[in-house]
Amino acid sequence: MFKVNLSTPQSRLTIQKIGYLSLTLIAILTVVPIIAIVVHIFIQGFSAISWEFLTGFPKDGMRAGGIFPAIVGTFYLTLGTAIFSIPISIGAAVYLSEYASENRWTQIIRIAIINLAGIPSVVYGLFGLGLFVIFLQFGTSILAGCLTLSIMTLPIFISTAEEAMRSVPQSFRVVSISLGASQWQTIRRIVLPQAQPGILTGVILGLERAVGETAPILFTAAAFFLPQLPNSAFDATMALPYHLFVISTQVPGMPVNLQYGTALVLLLFILGMNILATLVRSHARKQRQW
Amino acid sequence: MTSRILLDKKIQHLLDEILILDSMVETATLEAVGALKNHDLESARKVRNNDRLINKKRFDLENDIIVTIATVQPIMAGDLRLIASILEVVGELERMGDYAKGIANICLQIGNQPHIKPLIDIPRMAEIAIDMLHRAVGAFIAQDSEAAILIPDDDEKVDALYNQIYRELVAIMLADPTTIDRANLLMWVAHNLERLADRVTNICERTIFVTTGELRELSPSDDEIQTKNE
Amino acid sequence: MHKLIIENLTLRYSDGVEALRDININIPVNKITVMFGPSGGGKSSLLRVINRLNDLTDVDHISGKVLLVDDKEIAKDILDPNLDVINLRRSVGMVFARPVVLPLSIRDNITYGLEMAGEKDKNTLEGTMEISLKQAALWDEVKDRLDEPAIALSGGQQQRLCLARSLALEPELILLDEPTSGLDPISTGFIETTLQELKKKYTIILVPHSVQQAARTADLAAFFLQGDLIEYGHGDELFVNPQDERTANYIEGRFG
Repeated sequence: MFKVNLSTPQSRLTIQKIGYLSLTLIAILTVVPIIAIVVHIFIQGFSAISWEFLTGFPKDGMRAGGIFPAIVGTFYLTLGTAIFSIPISIGAAVYLSEYASENRWTQIIRIAIINLAGIPSVVYGLFGLGLFVIFLQFGTSILAGCLTLSIMTLPIFISTAEEAMRSVPQSFRVVSISLGASQWQTIRRIVLPQAQPGILTGVILGLERAVGETAPILFTAAAFFLPQLPNSAFDATMALPYHLFVISTQVPGMPVNLQYGTALVLLLFILGMNILATLVRSHARKQRQW
Repeated sequence: MTSRILLDKKIQHLLDEILILDSMVETATLEAVGALKNHDLESARKVRNNDRLINKKRFDLENDIIVTIATVQPIMAGDLRLIASILEVVGELERMGDYAKGIANICLQIGNQPHIKPLIDIPRMAEIAIDMLHRAVGAFIAQDSEAAILIPDDDEKVDALYNQIYRELVAIMLADPTTIDRANLLMWVAHNLERLADRVTNICERTIFVTTGELRELSPSDDEIQTKNE
Repeated sequence: MHKLIIENLTLRYSDGVEALRDININIPVNKITVMFGPSGGGKSSLLRVINRLNDLTDVDHISGKVLLVDDKEIAKDILDPNLDVINLRRSVGMVFARPVVLPLSIRDNITYGLEMAGEKDKNTLEGTMEISLKQAALWDEVKDRLDEPAIALSGGQQQRLCLARSLALEPELILLDEPTSGLDPISTGFIETTLQELKKKYTIILVPHSVQQAARTADLAAFFLQGDLIEYGHGDELFVNPQDERTANYIEGRFG
């Protein structure tokens, strides 16, 4: 260790500059891996992207052709997850934020939610397999997959929705009540509209997780190969994350660029959702009236 | 509330100034009457000139009061009554100073002419009136309403002396018309002293107002002498 | 005639704090009654009893009677658990210390109460809005921008908006809890002048933010100290010659 003389203003200034530089470097370093991943996947997979790739069916045992059914499958799964989990989450969040008084029950509920968030996704997959696929006899289906993914994303949605509602100033509620509105009117007219951007952001980020997970859909919804698109909720489906897993591990002689191409599409999907969430957030911040 | 401390200081200053003004008036009155009794024209001139100082003190005090009201707020309740009353009391004292000046002027007017009667009752009136004034201002400053209520009783003595002087001077005037001029002047001196005593009663009323919030007359003010017809 | 008759009102919060102790006071109609005193005296708690806003807080014990008297001299007890509180809150308007405008347009802010009450007729809403804004001396300043967000207004304007918002429901009683505490002197003056006008039509209870404001605005004044009502009288008399020593000391700035 070298001793530094801190007694002169000059040396203190130098220390400050060094500190600042180090922090800047660390910040840059943080971003490097992300950029590296994106660039790497982009470079490797760009060549695979074509109209045919995006809209065609896989051919030659996945080694050629397109990934259209996987894209569609992912889309269906996301949609289904949204349909099931959003109403339940908002309902739960409204209850926790607006109606429930702070007692042991609400504490227990919150602990349960936190625990749900911590369960590994593969456990969800097994749970979904046991309950939806086997017990309820839905079979490997979009329905089973969506329900499993819904349960998985519930904690995120409930937390962010509740957070969004809690951040609406209490003074609005007091004023609304003092003007003769009922609690429900206050929620409907003031709290929910003001919490909407926060809830929306939470929904996008939650669905994003659902999009990218392989394990939950592994046992419940995903199929290796389907010659045609699913017709009903009870059909199994291909999905991007599972497809990527399969072609990277199960298919011998798989062209590398197609693997990266699939990864690229998935990545773009997720990046797109992130950008959407950011736009929603910044728009809401500009529009905020408090 | 830091303005409380500020206000207390200002009030204390105003009360100190009232004491000073009071002592100026007491001195002026006693000196004027003394000058009159002893034909001391030099002393009389001094009293007449010093009235200037009394007037100045009055205006300075009134200015202090106005500034206090403007700068220390709120002025309410007891403080308000006190400050409003100080304003009144200052006015009364200044007018009493004018009475002293009037007596000094009469002394100068009579000049070296011999007195038509030895001056005993007039100095006596002055003594009682000034004693009343001294006690009244003391009670005001101490906010002692019990003491203040008793003071106007002495006004009866002053009024009695005034009536006596009046009768005597009328008798002298009737006996010897050449005394009319001097008699009139002496009447005026007695009148001034009688008015001074009345004004003391006003100061006592102010003390009651400050302490209890009541505005009431303490004794009927006798502006005119009682005639047989009343 | 009295608008509000309070008998033996006692209020205790669940943390044991006795906010009001056996309060007895009658509020006359069409006058400004001022409730003043050092903080913690119970004034805000009393206001919140009157429009039952206390229902939202942790109240342990409340007893006594709070009678609201209408034009036909019929009294109803505000503390009655079966009372329609939502309707009560429409007849008792409240303006808070910090202006809280709802995250809506100026127009929607004013008509909020009426809309929540079920009023749908556009003409009625518009008409009432205009009248309320005029009563609150705000109409001229906002008539050309009624659809702008209310948050764009200045502090003084926002507070007048809050006043107009309460007036739109045509309440019987208007409660104001330190309404000018965050405002500049000009806005404060505006609101005080408006209150003098409004008292011809409404009954007003005001918690002032200073003794000066209390003295300026009070027709009647009530001095509260740590949950007790110490003195209650006409403004002219109480501020010149308070009967209780504690009132005098507070007014003269010896504590508080």
